[in-house]
Amino acid sequence: MQNLLSIDDITASQALNILDTAKELSRLTEGSVKKLPTLRGRTIVNLFFEDSTRTRLSFEAAAKRLSADVINFSAKGSSVSKGESLKDTAQTLEAMGADLMVIRHPASGAAHLLANSGWISAKVVNAGDGTHQHPSQALLDAYTIRDHFPEHRNDFTGLHIAIVGDILHSRVARSNAALLTSLGARVTVVGPATLLPLGVESWGVSVSYNLDEIIEHCDAVMMLRVQSERMNASFFPSEREYARDYGLTRSRLGSMKPTSIIMHPGPMNRGLEICAEAADSPRSVVLKQVKNGISVRMAILYLLLGGSIEGDN
Amino acid sequence: MSTFTLHNARMTDNHIVDVDVTDGVISAIAPARGQKSQGLDCDANKNLLIPGLVDLHTHLRQPGKEGAETVLTGSQAAVKGGYTAVSAMANTSPVADTAGVVEQVARLGKDAGLCDVFPIGAVTQGIEGKALAELSAMAQSAAGVRIFSDDGNCVSDPLLMRRALEYVKTFGGVIAQHAQEPRLTVGAQMNEGLVSSALGLTGWPAVAEESIIARDILLAHHVGSRLHICHLTTKGGVELVRWAKSQGISVTAEVTPHHLILTDESAVGYNSVFKVNPPLRTTEDVQALRDGLADGTIDIVATDHAPHPNEAKECEWSAAAFGMLGLETSLSAVVESMIVTKKIDWAQLVERMSITPAKIGGYSAHGRIEVGAPAHLVVVDTEATWTVDRATTASKSSNTPFHGRTLPARVMHTYFHGVHVLQDGQLTGKRYE
Ligand SMILES: [Zn+2]
Repeated sequence: MQNLLSIDDITASQALNILDTAKELSRLTEGSVKKLPTLRGRTIVNLFFEDSTRTRLSFEAAAKRLSADVINFSAKGSSVSKGESLKDTAQTLEAMGADLMVIRHPASGAAHLLANSGWISAKVVNAGDGTHQHPSQALLDAYTIRDHFPEHRNDFTGLHIAIVGDILHSRVARSNAALLTSLGARVTVVGPATLLPLGVESWGVSVSYNLDEIIEHCDAVMMLRVQSERMNASFFPSEREYARDYGLTRSRLGSMKPTSIIMHPGPMNRGLEICAEAADSPRSVVLKQVKNGISVRMAILYLLLGGSIEGDN
Repeated sequence: MSTFTLHNARMTDNHIVDVDVTDGVISAIAPARGQKSQGLDCDANKNLLIPGLVDLHTHLRQPGKEGAETVLTGSQAAVKGGYTAVSAMANTSPVADTAGVVEQVARLGKDAGLCDVFPIGAVTQGIEGKALAELSAMAQSAAGVRIFSDDGNCVSDPLLMRRALEYVKTFGGVIAQHAQEPRLTVGAQMNEGLVSSALGLTGWPAVAEESIIARDILLAHHVGSRLHICHLTTKGGVELVRWAKSQGISVTAEVTPHHLILTDESAVGYNSVFKVNPPLRTTEDVQALRDGLADGTIDIVATDHAPHPNEAKECEWSAAAFGMLGLETSLSAVVESMIVTKKIDWAQLVERMSITPAKIGGYSAHGRIEVGAPAHLVVVDTEATWTVDRATTASKSSNTPFHGRTLPARVMHTYFHGVHVLQDGQLTGKRYE
């Protein structure tokens, strides 16, 4: 693996390998030894053009647990509007010795551009590009589902997962739809028609406008965050109406299967897409997702930079 | 008096002729006499002779964005592509919305001396879509503007569009509309469809183009004026124009070479050289455009030549500028999409790329190979192929979507007023005084 830009670039078996590696790394760093020397001397740059403290901290923790040096660069907003191009920024950071860049950017395709334009030779991990992809999120979600349903370790066939909310603008939805279907799960995307992309059926998912009809059949419901910029753009009339039709309300919580779980990429809008009871219920695996995120990102960094578990023990 | 002969030129009807040119004007066309070339003569070697191509949609960027293109470099690109007339779009800086600016552009064209540069005037002041520009003053200026367009922007206000259509009737002008409903294309990046959904790029739906085309056809009908639709890109748009023509409504339409070949699949990989407005559409649209151009629903090919400096393209897709080069590859792209596919023959190509655009623009000196006409002539090697190389463009910019692609047909010679401005595919440095 040269870069991790999109779930579409990896096969199901490569994905499972990442998840297996994550499990192994998590086991190794669970005890008193929190840190492995695997990536000592390697430099990882977190190149964040968009605010996301959570994702940056997760990648930073992952890198540090593997003993890599971390440089954080953040510049909010479009690089072009600031007068410095993505090219110049990336080349500057590579000159500082970056072996791998983790990029978060508001423009779809930014990670792709960074990796394929010939500007840099460092490896690239996409930590979210616009409304396109967020592959490490999908991998950590798959890891979490796998942990919860160990009988589906290597095959998600038979699991039904709903992704609920703003599919149109969600990189989490795009990445998860691709990964979960490739692992064999049945995926249904749920939301008002205004927030479903044209031709979403071609993603190999089912489509529903009605959360009540499907929630009782799901093994996992993945609630997406409603971004504030959608609220006054006529995608839906009001927050109240959205919460009523697509929120994980108390009554919907009550109709879920006993074994099913609630997921959310965070940060949650309590009272909008998810009620407090659902967020705090034992079904919620939101904090596990955060914890698993570190292990999965360790695995990604480790596999890309070619570290070796055995040799460093 | 200067006289020369272009020997052994093959006309579109396959007759081999000698064309005598005296003082820049065609003085005789006769069956080839088999004489040797001498002096200024040139042997066409039985390659195809066509009238110089005429472009009604060219962004020359001067004044204001000389880093991307100038009237001179744009003229060089034009003659390399077989064009002897281009129409300079108004979205320069300052905007060509006054007699002063259009006269300046016309003068720069004359100074370049390689092809005719006909300025297009803005419809509205500053192409802001708020108030009419002084259309009559531009029409009566030395530039003699007849085509008006806010291209880059749509004249979206229906009342303003109605007024513009009516107003230009007084001097035989035509409004060339860039059909894009702005509210349906806020932040739009590429064709709205399966590819935009997968790439997470904001969609530019076909309906945003078609709704304006439909509205403007009805407006043109209502006020009895002439409407020209820029760069048609959708199957639905072709249907609308076909219907309008069947009703006898005075509408003409153009298609670009790139929309005849490329599709929205090009955006996969986020190479912003494929970012263009209106966007590349689907294979189905491409087929409809080809059929529309073949059956005459679409009257002409226009390049929408849109040079941009590297820094405007070497960036994130959403930050990159819209537009691609066209002049140097246009003929070959049309041959590839229309002649190789047997949709049209060369005579029909000449109609769509020279005769009809000259008629729409009122460029009476163009689109003619006949005694008494100015010698705006182009010789094409129809059997040759060539590989597009962005490093060797005559244009100041290199944002060609065809880089690395091998295309059919090569422009060998271009004459402007009998001046041999392009010889064996190379600019000669000669100019018409
Ligand atoms: Zn336009």
